[in-house]
Amino acid sequence: MKRQIPLLITLIVGVVLIVSVFFPPIETLGEDFSLYFDIIAVFAFFLGGGNLIRVHGDKIFKRRPDWGFSIVTIAGFGLMLIAGLFKLFNPGGITADVAAPGSMFQIMYDWIFNPLGATMYALLAFYVASASYRAFRAKNRDATILLVASFVILLGRTPLGVYATSWIPDSLSLLRIPEMAIWIMTSPNLAGQRAIMIGIALGVVSMSLRLILGVERTHLGSDNE
Amino acid sequence: MSNLGLIISLIVIGAGLLWLLILSLKGREVERRVIFLFVGLAVSIPLLFNITFSEKATPIVMNVFNKIDSLPPGSKVLLSYDYGPSMAPEVDPMSNAFIRHCLTKGHKLYIMALWATGQSLAATAIDSIIKTEFPEKRNGVDYINIGYKAGGTGVLNVIITDIRKMYLTDVSGVNLDSVPIFHGIKSLRDMDLLISIGGGYPGVKEWVLFAGAPGDIPTAGGCAAVSAPLLYPYYPRQMLGLLGGIKGAAEYESELMRRYPRFKASPTPGIKMMGPQTLAHLIIIAFIVIGNISFFISRRKRG
Repeated sequence: MKRQIPLLITLIVGVVLIVSVFFPPIETLGEDFSLYFDIIAVFAFFLGGGNLIRVHGDKIFKRRPDWGFSIVTIAGFGLMLIAGLFKLFNPGGITADVAAPGSMFQIMYDWIFNPLGATMYALLAFYVASASYRAFRAKNRDATILLVASFVILLGRTPLGVYATSWIPDSLSLLRIPEMAIWIMTSPNLAGQRAIMIGIALGVVSMSLRLILGVERTHLGSDNE
Repeated sequence: MSNLGLIISLIVIGAGLLWLLILSLKGREVERRVIFLFVGLAVSIPLLFNITFSEKATPIVMNVFNKIDSLPPGSKVLLSYDYGPSMAPEVDPMSNAFIRHCLTKGHKLYIMALWATGQSLAATAIDSIIKTEFPEKRNGVDYINIGYKAGGTGVLNVIITDIRKMYLTDVSGVNLDSVPIFHGIKSLRDMDLLISIGGGYPGVKEWVLFAGAPGDIPTAGGCAAVSAPLLYPYYPRQMLGLLGGIKGAAEYESELMRRYPRFKASPTPGIKMMGPQTLAHLIIIAFIVIGNISFFISRRKRG
């Protein structure tokens, strides 16, 4: 029963969503199902929050390595949750937007969460430079082509590419670095991306059919029962 | 000052790279910390000296600009904040430029978010751009922020046929039926242009797949540079244009300043950040070259 009911729900929802695309009279049923999905998605927040507390709480109680960071994580989570849930110091009160200017939630978001997030992303530049130095080697013909393409793209995404090759006449404009960068993106990249996307789409169709027909059961916690 | 800064930074970075090249020729590896130092210099010196470059918008950016520019005043433009703080420095300049452009043209702006983190960023943009630069524009009449709803692509699946099934109020709890900007708006199909700004999931791609293409609604996007190659397959038929990374933002800002002189005094973070990006790209190219030299030398030594 524990397995059959979820499988039956998957079958019904899957079939309705597919049929609703091709059969207009039950189009609204498909929309309603999407709406139910959004309601269910909200519960993911509770699960996510609960999981965060469980994992980090466990780490703190068992004094695992770096457990101090877990205290910061839980404290930050709790403070943000309380500020957002009760709309503390919100200029418009409890009925106003949680992100209203001057609210505690927005102040914490702007002055703590925002700079921390931006800093994490900015660190990528350092790792990209270090990784390119170590990994981008002209070991063979394919790697060399990739290397040349990366140079063109890197220069094409800066004004230097324009300055360096602006002297090339219009009849040979494809040889200008920015034009070459665009060509790489719109031809070889596009072909590769399309191939990947078609592959993914076929994979999604196949996996969806397996889920709807009950062949794939890994989402139920076991794959062979 | 800008030229002097550029010369100083090029001399400092060039001399350092030359020293590293000599080290590589001697067959010595460059330490990771040295690379970090150079990247740090490359991004901080242009910011200190305010090094900027002139930008010319490429066709993929111009298509978005021309679309907003050619829509008649009063057109309905939906702007979705599908990103978080980590991506904000790269894509915030785009959303700010879109807001400025749309409001200058007299379009109605509908702001929403598919990411929970987007709602606060939208609130910040409304506060810093609309309320300060366009004080005559009224909330609920010229623009509205309907905020974030959970569900990702499910949200799009619903609002493509009926917005009110998902959104009953704006972020302040005001009923959408009572705000003038929502009179006559039933679904996304009533919008004249959809713009998604982001770089993750759900983002520009999902807007194209679940709203723009099925609803035949013009859709444009702005995204982080790393996501741009993934979106090219949709351009130009399903997606009319795309702003890729800080370069796309800088191109849009420069076009906006060229066409609308009132924005010449406005902040242009996109153009400002092109200085660090240009030097950082040069540094990465130089390190790739140095890395290859040391690779070939070590390979020759090994025989």
